[in-house]
Amino acid sequence: MSGVRVLVGTRKGAFVLNADGKRDKWEINGPFFGGWEMYHVKGSPADPNRLYASQSNSWFGQLIQRSDDGGKTWLPVDNKFVYDGTPGTHQWYDGTPHPWEFKRVWHLEPSLTDPDTVYAGVEDAGLFRTTDGGQTWHELPGLRQHGSGPRWQPGAGGLCLHTILLDPTDANRIYIAISSAGAFRSDDGAKTWKAINQGLRSQHIPDPTAEVGHCVHRIAMHRARPGVLFMQKHWDVMRSNNSGDHWEEVSGNLPTDFGFVIDVHAHEPETIYVVPIKSDSEHYPPDGKLRVYRSRSGGNEWEPLTKGLPQSDCYVNVLRDAMAVDSLDSCGVYFGTTGGQVYASADAGESWKPIVRDLPAVLSVEVQSLA
Amino acid sequence: MIRVVLPYHLRTLAQVDAEVNLDLKGPVTQRSILDALEAAYPVLRGTIREHISQKRRAFVRFFACEQDVSFDEPDAPLPDAIASGVEPFWIIGAVAGG
Repeated sequence: MSGVRVLVGTRKGAFVLNADGKRDKWEINGPFFGGWEMYHVKGSPADPNRLYASQSNSWFGQLIQRSDDGGKTWLPVDNKFVYDGTPGTHQWYDGTPHPWEFKRVWHLEPSLTDPDTVYAGVEDAGLFRTTDGGQTWHELPGLRQHGSGPRWQPGAGGLCLHTILLDPTDANRIYIAISSAGAFRSDDGAKTWKAINQGLRSQHIPDPTAEVGHCVHRIAMHRARPGVLFMQKHWDVMRSNNSGDHWEEVSGNLPTDFGFVIDVHAHEPETIYVVPIKSDSEHYPPDGKLRVYRSRSGGNEWEPLTKGLPQSDCYVNVLRDAMAVDSLDSCGVYFGTTGGQVYASADAGESWKPIVRDLPAVLSVEVQSLA
Repeated sequence: MIRVVLPYHLRTLAQVDAEVNLDLKGPVTQRSILDALEAAYPVLRGTIREHISQKRRAFVRFFACEQDVSFDEPDAPLPDAIASGVEPFWIIGAVAGG
């Protein structure tokens, strides 16, 4: 591996950060699309120079940008996201029916094999796909038409589809997560979906073990073991050993099990990372100490990773799409904060350095390991 | 020749520096101006009007001859000064902090 490229989406633009394999000297490029909210920027696993970016703001709506040269230049592609048929209603915050309305693209997940195919998770929750490099987008309506759709209710951030996981061993298997409906799995290429929330317990909803209504913040998997999933829920860190059919809590000795991000070490499927956040009312680290917690046992037993991270007076948040790992021999771990820092560890979390300190609030972090 | 002034973010998106000039045949209305604008700069589709409903986006306003015409019918004729190019048609984003 010759280097890494970190793709950062912020409240006011996108940034592309480059380093060689040592990951100690960084070149900062950007802002791209200055002034726009960049919810997500991600590269194609099949062609690392092909990048896609979600660009939006409240004034002028949604745009999708594409780069064919690793982020040097960008081209706007189609921005028309139209729900299939008559979209119907979901629940509003007060429990009344509310029409499905497109607001923005939260997450872009390029196909593992085809640079022209990308899945888009949107608010209000829906799954779209392009197969022509972004020239056209079409909804995969089976998810929204899941029988539970009229009972889905937004979280504080909106009714957003924020997580899309593609099974590298089964092209028909896709996992998604919606705040705050829960997690869903398709085994037939997104035609039909199953709610996979058994074992989740959410005290803030009328039926804590309901089929849907759980505020899932993020799901992660290891490519070599796609049937094992890890979840950071609104509260609780969870694990499933059977593709989401059942979940068990693995919060263990975490100082708080509220948080947004979760990710898996590139080479150790049982090593996972979270960033505990004090509570759903206080979105900052407990005790003003920014700590990544690592479990080498797939949960339950956690150790704080603090070297190089601020251990006093730190009150930033780390949002759900803002952690990623590279696949270099010594696994790199990266996360961005609402305070504008992007931290990197080139030694699997043992020590951390800020790549950059003063960006706008970071919404998303993705990493590409470059040959 | 119709003159259109775009807000900063849309000028950047359309890669234009100043006013946009449009040749328009037929009645000069909000709709005909926006149709011509989007035909000339397809990247602006969906940024001023919603894709399907073609309604003005909530944080966008239209001004002609110093009058707010945002709530006029999209097919209502605009003033002669706009049609003749003496005055530009202004597309403005709501003022906001942050």
